[in-house]
Amino acid sequence: MIAIVKRPEPSKFWTIATPIFAVILTMILGGLLFAAMGKDPVAAIRTIFWDPLFNEQFAAYSRPQLLVKAGPLILIAIGLSIGFKAGIWNIGAEGQYIMGAITGASVGLALYPLEAWWIFPAMVIAGALGGFLWAMIPAILKTRFNTNEILVSLMLVYVAEQILASAALGFLRNPEGNGFPGSRNLSQIPWLSNPELIPGTGAHWGVVAALGAVVAAYVLLNKHMLGFQIRLTGESPRAARFAGVKDKLLVMFCLGTAGALAGLAGLFEVTGPAGQISIDFGAGYGFTAIIVAFLGRLNPIGILLAGLLLALTFIGGELAQFMLGLPSAAIQVFQGMLLMILLAMDLVVNYRIILVNREAA
Amino acid sequence: MTKLLKVVGLTREYPGVRANDDVSFSIGTGEVHALLGENGAGKSTLVKMIYGLEKPDAGFMKLRGGSYAPPNPQAARAAGVAMVFQHFSLFEALNVAENVALGMENPPKMRELAASIREVSENYGLPLDPDRIVGDLSAGERQRVEIIRCLLQDPKLLIMDEPTSVLTPQEVEILFKTLRKLQSEGTSILYISHKLEEIRALCDGATILRLGKVVGICDPKTTTAREMAEMMVGQTLHVPTREGGEAGEVLLDVQGLNFVPSNPFGTRLKDVSLRLRAGEVLGIGGVAGNGQDELLSVLSGEAKTGRGSVIFDGQDVSHMGPNARRRIGLLAAPEERLGHAAAPNMSLTENTALTATIRKKLSKNNFLNWKKTETFASEIIKDFDVRTPGPGSAARSLSGGNLQKFVIGREVLQAPKVFVVNQPTWGVDASAAAAIRQALLDLAAKGAGVIVISQDLDELMEISDHFAALNEGTLTAPRVAKGLTVDEIGLMMGGAHDMEVAG
Repeated sequence: MIAIVKRPEPSKFWTIATPIFAVILTMILGGLLFAAMGKDPVAAIRTIFWDPLFNEQFAAYSRPQLLVKAGPLILIAIGLSIGFKAGIWNIGAEGQYIMGAITGASVGLALYPLEAWWIFPAMVIAGALGGFLWAMIPAILKTRFNTNEILVSLMLVYVAEQILASAALGFLRNPEGNGFPGSRNLSQIPWLSNPELIPGTGAHWGVVAALGAVVAAYVLLNKHMLGFQIRLTGESPRAARFAGVKDKLLVMFCLGTAGALAGLAGLFEVTGPAGQISIDFGAGYGFTAIIVAFLGRLNPIGILLAGLLLALTFIGGELAQFMLGLPSAAIQVFQGMLLMILLAMDLVVNYRIILVNREAA
Repeated sequence: MTKLLKVVGLTREYPGVRANDDVSFSIGTGEVHALLGENGAGKSTLVKMIYGLEKPDAGFMKLRGGSYAPPNPQAARAAGVAMVFQHFSLFEALNVAENVALGMENPPKMRELAASIREVSENYGLPLDPDRIVGDLSAGERQRVEIIRCLLQDPKLLIMDEPTSVLTPQEVEILFKTLRKLQSEGTSILYISHKLEEIRALCDGATILRLGKVVGICDPKTTTAREMAEMMVGQTLHVPTREGGEAGEVLLDVQGLNFVPSNPFGTRLKDVSLRLRAGEVLGIGGVAGNGQDELLSVLSGEAKTGRGSVIFDGQDVSHMGPNARRRIGLLAAPEERLGHAAAPNMSLTENTALTATIRKKLSKNNFLNWKKTETFASEIIKDFDVRTPGPGSAARSLSGGNLQKFVIGREVLQAPKVFVVNQPTWGVDASAAAAIRQALLDLAAKGAGVIVISQDLDELMEISDHFAALNEGTLTAPRVAKGLTVDEIGLMMGGAHDMEVAG
């Protein structure tokens, strides 16, 4: 009989090894899935994981896309991971991302056609503030009325999407756009745009911010008192209160930080890769970032790697759709498998699986 | 009276402890029988065996003359034995009738069930509306749901585990009327409690347990509370040995403190007053659940109380959080080691940072100095002989006794002015317990004030200068421990407030 025995301490080896095993296992199972669909599994896996970076034909286009896609994912996931560490489940980052884009773009467009160096920084601040305030709604409701932040933050995503539609069709619509929905193209207005900083890399200010957030989160969680209190609250809320943690303030901080970072991601996206406020601006980064946060084990470095990995599967997935004719649903199944396998393999970090003799047990 | 249930020589052993040792007693038909004893005396284990939740290692039971060995609670219920637990198992979102139906093997139609609930509740004077949502009910009404659930099965024996611990005095009255009515109809009741006056008012017979053994059988109607308390506490008490030290300055002054815990199962603290002087050890006894956790939390700062209710070193600290109190020298160690005093999955170094950053200056500008923290953690491990591979080990990997030594050491080595500790040696082996007690005495000898909350009376008698007892959230006036007799101690913690304490 197989028995599952709790380890006295989490295994250090498996903490690092499980993500690698999970990726390999996903490749194998995904390969079987693709084979069952009548596609060449090796080609499919290679198209997803290898071609985007190293294929001579497409890499020049797809390689910069890696940072373009990974940037917002990492930025949002870092913010989420801080809350998740404390047991605060903000799953409305998508809404905070949209609101950051709208508030940031609104500031820029309100000042149009003024030309000044400070406009873009002001938009960045407005974007962060927009996300922050949107996240304060679940935070205040939770601390005041003990509502569930999971539901409130999630529902606010749909509210944000409606505001986005109304902005694209109404108050932010391009007056010179011949009545088409969508704002002016911010990426083509020099003082409002977030350009590629190093040609050919895809790195824009959002990528810089993401890397900064990784470093800041690492320092916060490992060196700072507040980070210690966050981890303590997640581990043991009662011990945290005994340690003097002000739990309501902590909820505000965690949700606020996640909102501000998601807002920043939205602002950098709308001024750069997306270019304008449009009805379909929300592309699901806020939800995918939840996967990134867990895939990275809520560890800043892990999130950096997980963001890159997931961005790779996105680009590779698109490539596989285009090159091999795989349906997009199959790619989504593949990505879902990755998360499920990783979470399932978490078991071996905290538990040992041993074979026992039924008689002896 | 004919015997309904006979228990003969029941023994149940858990690893390291004999919870019941050759326990025998019997209950007559229509008798209300009390099971009396301190926490850990073995009452719960005994009723679990009667209700089929545990199997005895030795001994047997007889119900109405026939052999009775229920393999599970369903079998016990089928034989006519029902039980009302201390903590309820009800679904708050469902109404009363639905909750009752969930506990039945073959529930009738809702309408019929509601009708029979109304009938039973009227017959037994337990007002309860079957259509109300359980979430809206008071603790007393919830208990009625459990009782009615039992009564619908028409039990011959009803087991009640500390039923009055969650009730208001008025609700207690109602409950007692119901129990007397049941008794008059020939139902036997096994009543578990440690409240002596209650038992004197209600019960026909009592079996007293101490450390798993029957130490006495008596008729509560003719036995005084004092005699029962004495049997419950036992005769083996240490006579207080500590000289009351030179009375130093008053370090902690609590006057008229009231506190309502947010936890519905918590105990309200009522008009608690105490004074602690430098160099003094104040022992606080009492049966668990009488306000120990709450008292610790209002002293540690986890719970805040009305202005002026807690004065530390001449300063009102009642509005201060735990860290502000630590800064000025008021430290505490709660009872629950894992999950309250320490975070299970964190290393000992991190657990050191849990309380020690302020007094040991382990952080600078809010950045933790992990090296310094680890050094202090190692110091605790060394000075308090904590058996562990090192400060990097997770708290949960330590044995209970070793973690307790760590938790106590962490606070003691921060040189507190006042140290409050709940159950310092609970689950700790004898040598470690002795070391912990010595550390507390050394701390007092250096001029600190120490409050030890404990259920181990021997321990309290060994180390206290003054002794007080917690009882349903009230604290008796502290008395000099030296010279206290077993009688007096038993009465202080036995719940007989209205009785004059001699001496």
